[in-house]
Amino acid sequence: MLEHLDAVVLARVQFAFTVSFHFVFPAFSIGLASYLMVLEALWLRTGRGVYANLFRYWLKIFSVVFGMGVVSGVVMSYQFGTNWSVFSEKAGPVIGPLMAYEVMTAFFLEAGFLGVMLFGMNKVGKGLHFLATCMVALGTLISATWILAANSWMQTPAGHLLTEQGQFVPGPSWWAIIFTASFPYRLVHTVIAAYLTTALAVGAVGAWHLLRDRANPGARKMFSMAMWMAAIVAPIQVLVGDAHGLNTLEHQPAKILAIEGHYEPSPEGASLILFGLPDSQAARVDYAVEVPKLGSLILKHDPNAALPGLSDFPREDWPPVAIVFWSFRIMVGLGFAMLGLGLWSLFARWRGGLYDWRWLHRAALVMGPAGFVAVIAGWITTEVGRQPFTVYGLLRTAESHSPLAAPAVATSLIAFVVVYFFAFGAGIYYLLRLMAKPPQPDETEPPPQPQRAAGITPAPATASMER
Amino acid sequence: MESIDLTVVWALIIGFAVFAYVVMDGFDLGIGILFPTLKVGEERDQAMNSIAPVWDGNETWLVLGGGGLMAAFPLAYAIILPATYPLMIAMLLGLIFRGVAFEFRWRDPRHRAFWDLAFTAGSVVAALSQGIALGAILQGIRVREGAYAGGWLDWLSPFSLLTGVALLTGYAALGAAWLNWKTEGGAQSHARRMVHLLVPAMIAMLIAVSAATPFLNYDYWRRWFDVPGVLLTAQVPLLVAICAFVLLRSLAAGAERLPFLMLLALFLLCFIGLGISIFPYAVPRSVTIWAAAAPPRSQSFMLAGAVFIIPIILAYTGWAYWVFRGKVGTHGYH
Repeated sequence: MLEHLDAVVLARVQFAFTVSFHFVFPAFSIGLASYLMVLEALWLRTGRGVYANLFRYWLKIFSVVFGMGVVSGVVMSYQFGTNWSVFSEKAGPVIGPLMAYEVMTAFFLEAGFLGVMLFGMNKVGKGLHFLATCMVALGTLISATWILAANSWMQTPAGHLLTEQGQFVPGPSWWAIIFTASFPYRLVHTVIAAYLTTALAVGAVGAWHLLRDRANPGARKMFSMAMWMAAIVAPIQVLVGDAHGLNTLEHQPAKILAIEGHYEPSPEGASLILFGLPDSQAARVDYAVEVPKLGSLILKHDPNAALPGLSDFPREDWPPVAIVFWSFRIMVGLGFAMLGLGLWSLFARWRGGLYDWRWLHRAALVMGPAGFVAVIAGWITTEVGRQPFTVYGLLRTAESHSPLAAPAVATSLIAFVVVYFFAFGAGIYYLLRLMAKPPQPDETEPPPQPQRAAGITPAPATASMER
Repeated sequence: MESIDLTVVWALIIGFAVFAYVVMDGFDLGIGILFPTLKVGEERDQAMNSIAPVWDGNETWLVLGGGGLMAAFPLAYAIILPATYPLMIAMLLGLIFRGVAFEFRWRDPRHRAFWDLAFTAGSVVAALSQGIALGAILQGIRVREGAYAGGWLDWLSPFSLLTGVALLTGYAALGAAWLNWKTEGGAQSHARRMVHLLVPAMIAMLIAVSAATPFLNYDYWRRWFDVPGVLLTAQVPLLVAICAFVLLRSLAAGAERLPFLMLLALFLLCFIGLGISIFPYAVPRSVTIWAAAAPPRSQSFMLAGAVFIIPIILAYTGWAYWVFRGKVGTHGYH
């Protein structure tokens, strides 16, 4: 029994590790693909060299990010079977088709047009090249849609039937399976998060180069575009996040109560615990700093509304409270910092200091990784908050794993950790090196490469862009 | 319409995805396997450039094969992956190194030798794992009450090692034939020599695997040698011989595209041979495709999309190959 438990814990750690690492890359490539599409559109419309140069600059970064997203993503599609075979067998008829649609409508679209996008600039016309960029960007969004539909079904399952063998099979309507209660909120919240993450990363790169050379047109342009994005999207994300939270309270109340640290019910309105140390053994939050009534005001939009507590639920259904309590606060804290940065940039823009205020640039630089941290923290909140179930309320995590011995899972976990830190560590280092290079110091585009009848040499072509 | 068996249709679609993966990523992996034999500099750059725009799409067929298996035959997916666990993990890790090397070798010229090595090591590990997994599936998997019931090294046997080396050789041959088609100069003449060496080696492996398979299980024997079925199954080795002959003759005559196409035909014949051995099992000798199948509602929902989307995928994939048609070019951009 103990051995089984260990294998489950190891399999969970393995999934958490591989998916967290993976998620960083699509969160960036979803945003970057759309950004590249906008840059290319602006270039085609205005003919200004600065857009072409920025397009080339971010394309190199995109290709490294995308490559890492692909290889870490292939791992995910097999993790279900290797470590979670019982889950796959039981839920496969319902979420399998959603993932199959993701492959057919998104992965092939991205991969099919990526080659042309990266290497085909001089092989096809501008229009076709732009089409390829659009298809890649569209592919990233379609991919997010399907995978979040699958994830949302695991969070708020609906539209299925349960067989006598405990297998989930589709009910009469696929619509009900795809559009589950949490799906619209989750999709919007996640895609906005990807855009915000990208805006902050682009903004940080712009800020870095502005701190060195305030006149660089590429740095100015990318910083300005990124700050517009942050200023517009961060407030929207706060509202969407609030709506997502209300939705979660309705469908997964135990998750919200764990996030809030409310072990006991609050019949006269719940406080908001800002900080504290949750202790699930004793079912209380030590050293809590709280604001009375604010919890109910946020969750019910009424300061006196009653809220249940975790003690209203069986203890074996509680998610790990401390993890979601903290991961949620990290996400929200960073979210408000992003909002602050966006507002500051608007103020600077209004006062004509966008390109000159050194402290704004420093702040934007520091906030560069904030999106990635917030995205991972948010993902941890929603996934750990789903525990102890894989299919919420219906299939327990402890009953979902493969019939594997703990040493096998432990060995593969170590292999993943070593390989990921090494391979993706190197990749992140290369990304930082690419970002450290300033964009073209002027608006002149590099001369288009001579078109040779005998084909092209794609990789040196991108390598040549470095110069 | 009543007579169309959705389960058989899905077995064919997944079979097609796996075949598309094997031949398309096969030549990518084959180039990785052959990479150390190519000269540093122009030869290696040409080889890499010939697949850089398409490898990602090629690899996606593996995801469709895996994802499709989970969706259409969840029980088979849930049995085969734990049964071949170390192989699957090794394959995934190999594919990571192979995949990142495409970008990293250009990003870091100082460590290019290292990433070239990672490219080869990743390709070899992935190819071997896939081949060994094939052998492991063919030799049978221990199943009890709808779950894998063996240990974590059950897949290891002389037979599975043989299929591992056989697939490695086959991929290398595909890679060499691709390079013969897409490159010029030193790389091409090297590739040509490699095809000459690798195709006979691959045929020898094929004969060894084919000779061993009927002895794994009497069912396989009956499948191949019972009258009257033997009249049909005997065509497979016959066609293999014809393809191999045409391949080597055309190579000697200096053909560039035909040897590659003949190799594809050889792979197709091997695949049909495997189909003859395995059908109608999803997990050979324990679970049939019907026992492993997802309910019709899952299969029909996916089929409704697949019949439109897969042809579109093939169309734009074909277009991408067309854009990068012809020789990759000897005079690399300097």
